[in-house]
Amino acid sequence: MSFRDRSNFDMKVPLTWMAGVAVIIAAVIGVALLLGDRRETLQVQAYGVTKNVVDTLSAPVSSTLATPGRWTGNVFDLVRDYFLAGAQNHGLREEINELHAWQDKAIAVQNENQRLRAVLGLKTDPPIPMVTAHVIADSRGPFADSRLANVGRELGVTVGNPVMSDRGLIGRVTGVGHDVSRILLLTDIASRTPVVIDRTNARAILSGDGGPNPKLAYMRGQEPVKIGDRVLTSGDGGVFPRGLPVGVAVQGFDGAWRVRLDADSSPIDFVRILLFTDFSQIAEQKDAMASGLPPLSTADAAEVAGKVKAMSAPPPAAAPPKAGPAATADAQATAKTLANALAASKAKPAPKQPPPPSPATTPPPDDDTP
Amino acid sequence: MSLMQSTRPLDPWRWLGLPALACVAGTFLFAVPIKVFGLQLPEPIFPMILAFAWAVIRPSVIAPFLLVLLGLFLDLFWGGPPGLWGVSLLASYTVVLASRSIMTGQSRPMRQVWFASATALTMLTGFLITSVVSLAVPNLFSVFWQFLATTVLYPFAHRLIERFEDADVRFR
Repeated sequence: MSFRDRSNFDMKVPLTWMAGVAVIIAAVIGVALLLGDRRETLQVQAYGVTKNVVDTLSAPVSSTLATPGRWTGNVFDLVRDYFLAGAQNHGLREEINELHAWQDKAIAVQNENQRLRAVLGLKTDPPIPMVTAHVIADSRGPFADSRLANVGRELGVTVGNPVMSDRGLIGRVTGVGHDVSRILLLTDIASRTPVVIDRTNARAILSGDGGPNPKLAYMRGQEPVKIGDRVLTSGDGGVFPRGLPVGVAVQGFDGAWRVRLDADSSPIDFVRILLFTDFSQIAEQKDAMASGLPPLSTADAAEVAGKVKAMSAPPPAAAPPKAGPAATADAQATAKTLANALAASKAKPAPKQPPPPSPATTPPPDDDTP
Repeated sequence: MSLMQSTRPLDPWRWLGLPALACVAGTFLFAVPIKVFGLQLPEPIFPMILAFAWAVIRPSVIAPFLLVLLGLFLDLFWGGPPGLWGVSLLASYTVVLASRSIMTGQSRPMRQVWFASATALTMLTGFLITSVVSLAVPNLFSVFWQFLATTVLYPFAHRLIERFEDADVRFR
């Protein structure tokens, strides 16, 4: 009996077929997972229990691994700073000279700003509270860019909160666990951020593509942007507050306008999560949909009718007039003013109520907001 | 006796379980947020080693499901759409499995070219899926950078193949 005639070789063909069937079933499972995804929505439910569980389970592992990494990173930074101290010193001197001029301008603008606010009686936005977090895991591939931070629901973090480094915006929270949150970076291919060019006030959408410099899309107007223009969040749509620093406009190899993110030059192990509630979150809450006014009951209607009746009744007997010619002149003047006001109110239609402020017309945040 | 040992089926834990755990550990390690001289760590696709090596070693019923599971782990850990990496890894696994008879007896550099081709297929599948799901074209430079970082992992795939290729002579 030859070697190939042994019974073990009889199993080869069925096993190969079974392996083929297994590949097909596995592929169907994979495609079903893809089709069942709702990642593009900003709803809390879209993140799903599975993702939250994975984030929660991977948080301690990543945190443990990140700790020595941070120490090592600090050592590398020290070595680099030691060797580059001369060049850094030169650069910092130039930056200080430049900043002196900006400081003078800033003081003048702040002064003017305060006076204008006082004149207009503007009600500015309150400062946004924030929490600082450690980044414990960082993904930076072409198809997904996100980070895991070690704070979550326990400190008030919610889905949609903007996230900043010490230099500029890096993204927003897309998933929250008890003590962990997932941050979708501006560079992620699913990220879309409304921004404004500071110099021209031109609006654009910052679209991530998995690369280090996201694109500026949907720009309008003639020459709305130049190399070096500052890019800020526009606040349109209410997802981000207006005026957060994003980066500087640059032109890519493909000719498309892109943004060199401010956050690129900052350390990646610390982030600040702004506890800013966006308008879309408010709109999704059922409580917000319910009327804030109490229901008008029969008793209330009767009460209102009674008040109307009392108002239309003849006025009570006037108080005895003051003695003297001055008192008489006062009374005549008051009566004349009231008569004029009554005539004017009858002649003119009722003034229209101003429309509620839209997100685009929301006043800019206070100077002390980040 | 020696024939009995050579024809004994592979222990799934040794050639499937342990390498899968090693890939998960590698993924965790390279997700550490650290900058070395201002540069971040690369982000290779560790399960690509398994998608290539498992298909070359022998056909298996468990392997494709494990690949989908590993792909799902990558999606959830990296924050991508679920199913993206599972389908992408399975695409290259299927092609390598179908052409494993061609690869038998090839030299190491030739197999390395095959590994690079399989990685390219995985990246292409991921590129197409992401384009459709996100309605945007991923950055080609980033795709190439991840392809390069994954291709240099071939020595690990070679080691796995060398270790288990002869363990089951039925599929040589």
